[in-house]
Amino acid sequence: MNKIAKSTLFITTIFLAFSSISASAQCKGFAKKICKEELESYIHDGNYHAAILTEGEEAELYKTFYSDQDYRVAICGSDNLPPIEFKVMDVNKNVLFSNEDVEYGKTWDFKLESSQQLKLVVKVTTFEQTSDAPASGCVAIMFGFKVR
Amino acid sequence: MKNRPFGRTFLEIAAIISLTFFLFSCGSRESKESKVNEPSAPTVDITEVDVSALQDVKEAEKIFYSLPSPLESAMLIKSAGAMFDEELLNPTESTSLYSTNKDMALNLGIYTCDLSFASLYDQTQLVINYMSAAKKMAEGLGILDAMDEETINRLEENINNREAIMDIVSETFLNSNSYLEDNEQPAIASMVLVGGWIEGLYIATQLVNMDEFESDKLVVRIIDQKLSIGIMMKLLQDNNEHPAINELISQMTQLKTIFDKINISTTRITTEVDSETDVTILKSKVTSDMTSEVFVELANKVSEIRSSYVK
Repeated sequence: MNKIAKSTLFITTIFLAFSSISASAQCKGFAKKICKEELESYIHDGNYHAAILTEGEEAELYKTFYSDQDYRVAICGSDNLPPIEFKVMDVNKNVLFSNEDVEYGKTWDFKLESSQQLKLVVKVTTFEQTSDAPASGCVAIMFGFKVR
Repeated sequence: MKNRPFGRTFLEIAAIISLTFFLFSCGSRESKESKVNEPSAPTVDITEVDVSALQDVKEAEKIFYSLPSPLESAMLIKSAGAMFDEELLNPTESTSLYSTNKDMALNLGIYTCDLSFASLYDQTQLVINYMSAAKKMAEGLGILDAMDEETINRLEENINNREAIMDIVSETFLNSNSYLEDNEQPAIASMVLVGGWIEGLYIATQLVNMDEFESDKLVVRIIDQKLSIGIMMKLLQDNNEHPAINELISQMTQLKTIFDKINISTTRITTEVDSETDVTILKSKVTSDMTSEVFVELANKVSEIRSSYVK
């Protein structure tokens, strides 16, 4: 491999690695500084669920929620993204909540009579005007509970 | 070796970087469509609750398997009315004994659970000790910004403010697991979660009063963990490129075999919104059938697994 090729490979690798880490670090900052605020008086559980998604893409999350606990889920997307849609489903895929019904609200407060395993489906909606370069950005899912 | 003009070399490099960017951006434009099934109509009882029942054939771009965090595990124990017992915690003097990434990851979860447990019961000196122990594990894993001096100072300044302490514990745990995820160490991040989950289960099983087995609220919380074992297995299977994960899968499989002896049935969930608080209540009835024999078997297995993590 000649010197130019080696230099190119090295710089490109460093550049891409830096871009990747930088994008991830942005998501961490977004989750910590922006999305966590949506939990307000609920204590964040400390878990980290964030990813870079593009218009039209989906993420799923599986979690057990416990009886008699007060929960808030906050789902946030970067400013450059269209609204984030989320649905909460039970094991039989019955939709228990959809934020589409509340103008794509970022949070949902709930409690359970009995502990249940639930699934969250999060989808980045699409802008009405199509673009050659669909928007991409951080989407974070955060859970908070109240301490008794 | 021939000298080449800098300008030409620079242009070549710039062209290749631009081409790489173009190819990457083209790739990111591909949008996979993943559809959610419409709700299935009939009301049914289920006896086997498992994550596989929830999964669609077409997978989403990103799937999160979320276990109870150490903070949530400790909170569940406290809310069940359990008493604090320092003897059950992993001694902070043991930190120097953990040297492998696996040991440090598991014990970061364990110490964070113990830290959360101590903070919920206002054990101020233990909170400082366990924060320090968790910090050592995090630093051993290369996580340098999880608990800096400012965090420790903030902890000491708010040592009598339970909510502030829990917020600090939550933040430090978020710093640790986001660092691991962002630095492409999801296997280590999953080990941290396994450690915290096992510690919570260990403390809960040890605190059950066998004389009041039928009415002990902790028993209900322990049965509830059956709902997370499937999520745990999926999380570990997704990260089994790390050699230590297979050992954890083997241990969790043994635990699942015991959990499988417990039947859980739930009625269909209905929703009701409290108009005053805007809180949605998910209404359902669950029945389960764990015998004291199965509980003892489970408690012994949890204790055996936990003993393989702590020194």
